[in-house]
Amino acid sequence: MNSRLRSIIRKEFIQIVRDKRALAIILIIPIMQLFLLGYAATNDVRNIPLAVYDQCRCAESRALLDAYRAADYFRLAYSVSSEDEIQLLIEQGKARAAIIIPPDYNTRLAKGDAQAAFILDGSDPTSASTAYSAAILIGQSQATKLMVEKLQRTGLNIDKLQPPLEIRTQVWYNPDLVSNYFMIPGVIGMILFAITSILTATSVVRERERGTIEQLIVTPIRPWELVVGKVLPYVILAFINTFEVLAIGYLWFGVPIRGSLGLIIGASGLLLLSGLGIGLFASTMANTQQEAMLTVWMTLLPSIFLSGFFFPLEAMPAVLRWISNIIPLRYYLVIIRSVMLKGSSLESVWKECLALLVFGTLILLFASLRFRKRLD
Amino acid sequence: MALIEASHLYRTFGTNVAVNDVNLSVQAGEIYGLVGSDGAGKTTTLRLLVGALRPDQGEICICGFDIQKHTEQARGKIGYLSQRFSLYEDLTVLENIRFFAEVRGIQTNEWKPRCLELLRFVGLEEFSARKAGQLSGGMKQKLGLASALVTQPQILLLDEPTTGVDPVTRQDFWQLIIRIVAKEGMAVILTTPYMDEAARCNRLGFMRSGRIIAEGAPSQLRAKLEGRIIEVQSSAPLKMLEEVSQIPGVEDARAFGDKLHLRSTSGKTEDIIDSLMKHTPGDSGNIHSARVIPPTLEDVFISLSNHPTENGEHYA
Repeated sequence: MNSRLRSIIRKEFIQIVRDKRALAIILIIPIMQLFLLGYAATNDVRNIPLAVYDQCRCAESRALLDAYRAADYFRLAYSVSSEDEIQLLIEQGKARAAIIIPPDYNTRLAKGDAQAAFILDGSDPTSASTAYSAAILIGQSQATKLMVEKLQRTGLNIDKLQPPLEIRTQVWYNPDLVSNYFMIPGVIGMILFAITSILTATSVVRERERGTIEQLIVTPIRPWELVVGKVLPYVILAFINTFEVLAIGYLWFGVPIRGSLGLIIGASGLLLLSGLGIGLFASTMANTQQEAMLTVWMTLLPSIFLSGFFFPLEAMPAVLRWISNIIPLRYYLVIIRSVMLKGSSLESVWKECLALLVFGTLILLFASLRFRKRLD
Repeated sequence: MALIEASHLYRTFGTNVAVNDVNLSVQAGEIYGLVGSDGAGKTTTLRLLVGALRPDQGEICICGFDIQKHTEQARGKIGYLSQRFSLYEDLTVLENIRFFAEVRGIQTNEWKPRCLELLRFVGLEEFSARKAGQLSGGMKQKLGLASALVTQPQILLLDEPTTGVDPVTRQDFWQLIIRIVAKEGMAVILTTPYMDEAARCNRLGFMRSGRIIAEGAPSQLRAKLEGRIIEVQSSAPLKMLEEVSQIPGVEDARAFGDKLHLRSTSGKTEDIIDSLMKHTPGDSGNIHSARVIPPTLEDVFISLSNHPTENGEHYA
């Protein structure tokens, strides 16, 4: 390595290590984000508070309620004695769902046309849709169970009564549909991208803001040496962050790492090209660190929302789906999720890797062309 | 041969012409001072010379290297101290000087004796482990000077090196510059707002609106006003200021402490003194004495600042 580059890297490292507060933030942010997203941003709906208005109060109605209690989707939180009470509880947000069992439930059950009403609070569609499917499934399985019992009582041999069609579903890679498995690989991508782009932008702009660029300009440092020397320490920090998140994801949240670690690191390196490029580009637009931060944020927000980090791309309108094609993070998320969860090899994700390489190189090239070692 | 040669430099920022047809030629061993009001174009000129800004037009030769074509070779010859402290406040004195030594190509095994020698030279040796941000204004400038000198440049460009520095440290700083110029035979260009510092330069260039409107040794510049500055002592100088500036032939009248300085139009000095002596004591007090004094650089500066020299008319 040439001596100028080495001097810049050493200087940058001294500055990073001396700014203890910033260093602590850089190292702690990924952990905080991981725990926040790992625990808070989950779509796994459990223990929905259920209000029960059981007008029948018979053995049959208790059996139905037991069926709901048995699955941990619902928690029988309130027992009420009027429909008004249900309305109040749902309005207050104390109950998110309610079941009403009519007084003639047992008699009509004997006749074979019993009904029960299930009410859902749809203001939060995510938990409502989970509750909706759960409510129907539990109800149907209870109905099937009752039917089988009835048939057995008539002395029929039920073994002959197999339904003509049965769909057997199998969930691969994440059989319990834990949303952490989906979130944590995403967090790695987001942190890598955000840290490298923000730190690159601010560390370059800092030289301008503090006036030190004026002294750097008159040294024989080449522009590429300045850029590489300034960002390399942050690339190393970003990789430390990657390992932090991988380790916590694996050890604490139990997210599997089925594919090759080498492929994960390689793809992360490709993503860094884009992060560095965007950071460098922002630094050519900004005169202060705040301006640089804001410029980077303008690109981070679409990256987060249009990459499939939170919301599936398939659910987006065609225009947004099209825009997502130029967002590098999108490709990285496909790679890291496949490699970690499915154990995919390069053969199945090479297209995404190529996309990262192409986008990264283009952005970095464009930013480097704009980067001048001058004051104007 | 001149170490610094700049010819017909132009530089605009938007519609503002910051540097307008500037020509400079500075020899080895010469200290050249650029003076002028704020915004006259001094800093921009230095930034053009060091290649931090590109001129719109014009050529700059540094030790024979064209700064546009052989930027890095030319910069290798220059030590530059910018107006704003531009070293790293979170690095120590030694780390700063080491960084600038190394990125400017000093070998790893050579930097230490060289840096320590320079720190000793500027009197910062005992502070070498202190962070630059914790130095006083004067010490920061000395560190800047030491960093600029670390590659033994042939050219030193100093942008207001002593602004905001106390008089004793300013004195030290000038001793350093004079010693290093005498020893190494460097060419120095510096800008300064202080006329006592300007007086120490071998040659001065007076800038206004991007042009150098007067150039010459301090004594040559002063000679232009020889016999035209009248010092007036009176009982109430401030009250009298308005009245004396009305006397025919008075170009300018200013209070200097408890005295007044009048500048006469060429050849009118005697007439003015006559009318001053005939002055009748009144509300504005009485005149004790009026005599011709040798002009100071400050008088020259003021005269140039409001002298109607537009469109390239040269004063000197």
